[in-house]
Amino acid sequence: MERVARPGRQLRDAGSILGWISDPRRWLAFTTLVLLAGVGWTLRSSVPAGATTGGLTSSPRVGFTAPDFTLELLGGGQVSLSELRGQAVVVNLWASWCPPCRAEMPALQRVYEANRARGLEILAVNTTFQDTQAGAAAFVREFGLTFPIPLDRTGEVSRSYLLRALPTTFFIDRGGVIRKVVLGGPMSETTIQTTLEEVLRED
Amino acid sequence: MFPILQIGPLALRLPGLFLLLGVWLGTSLIDREAPRHKVSGAALNNLVLYGLIAGIVGARVAYALRYLQIYAQDPLSFFSLNPSTLAPNEGILIALIVILVLGQRQHLPLWPSLDALTPSLAPFAILVGVAHLSNGDAFGAPTSVPWAIELWGAQRHPTQIYEILLAGLAFLGVWRLRRMPAFPGFLFLAWLAMAAGSRLFLEAFRGDSIIAFGSLRAAQPASLAVLAGALVGLHLRARGALAPGSTVDQAEKAV
Repeated sequence: MERVARPGRQLRDAGSILGWISDPRRWLAFTTLVLLAGVGWTLRSSVPAGATTGGLTSSPRVGFTAPDFTLELLGGGQVSLSELRGQAVVVNLWASWCPPCRAEMPALQRVYEANRARGLEILAVNTTFQDTQAGAAAFVREFGLTFPIPLDRTGEVSRSYLLRALPTTFFIDRGGVIRKVVLGGPMSETTIQTTLEEVLRED
Repeated sequence: MFPILQIGPLALRLPGLFLLLGVWLGTSLIDREAPRHKVSGAALNNLVLYGLIAGIVGARVAYALRYLQIYAQDPLSFFSLNPSTLAPNEGILIALIVILVLGQRQHLPLWPSLDALTPSLAPFAILVGVAHLSNGDAFGAPTSVPWAIELWGAQRHPTQIYEILLAGLAFLGVWRLRRMPAFPGFLFLAWLAMAAGSRLFLEAFRGDSIIAFGSLRAAQPASLAVLAGALVGLHLRARGALAPGSTVDQAEKAV
């Protein structure tokens, strides 16, 4: 309101700003100072290549090493994620009562069959702490799933992967680094396959 | 980090919601600001809408073209609502091209239009920071400062909060400068300089910088170039405005 009531001051302000910006010597000095400070800051904050992204830190995020886990499998035996280094791995967290999980599981199975020879492994981790083992077994039979089904009985893996939505899928490259995270679903076969291409390509 | 808000059976993706809120806040300011710059608010609103649509469709087209063989087997997947099958950089580029072409065809004057959009861009930038905070993107480098936050397996600089604060400062700057009668392009170039300066400063604390030219954080030389362009642009446009016969020149003489 004050500024509207005093247009004279407004124009003087504008005049002084305009004068300042249009004065070649003053503006050149200002610009040079700002840019030199910028160059100095840029050089001061330079870091060696590879020092910035997640690298060896493990975290459930793109660019970081996927948190390792060892879980018992449905049907016996156990699996460790770290044993699968050298293969592209899809970790899919699911529950038998979750409709989008039901909707996307057949697509995951088809993609698994089509890409196994290219070095793909799928670990479909059942969130058993919020499901039942019997429910998981019936689900696996219903869809004829042939990939390993690790059982997260305590919820520890779901917590370490910061599970917020079912299903959540992590695409992990051959070096154990997460390349893509898909929250929620269902993913179509095309979505899974195109995302996998990015992971499988990196040898 | 809270990427998802669970309300009963509904799982809302917060980052997307914050970006939408940013677009809504931004566009709600267009009608207010456009008359000040003698630009049609309706035309600008349309431009933003068409740009958004072009960006989203373009991002999907670019992604599908990358995997044409796979999409050819299941063309309906093109319409999937999954945001992970978008090519964001290509989408932004396509949106900008569409905005430029449509703006030219509708004879929208470039600099006044950019000035009218600037008070919208500034709050949008704040909401981008909030979206980053909610999903943990644009995260900071590990640090031991007392205000570090635990994120992605380390104590890190809360770069998302720095980003929100700096974007907030730029917004305050724009809000103060927006009524000042200056030359066309002043408000936009001033905001661009502030935004580029903020990014240049902020990038030093980021933990996810892309490194280029040996050991430089790629965003910094890029921000420096934008900052230099904005400062030079401000000077050239101010001189143009003070040339004899220009409206600002006449206004000054009146004072």
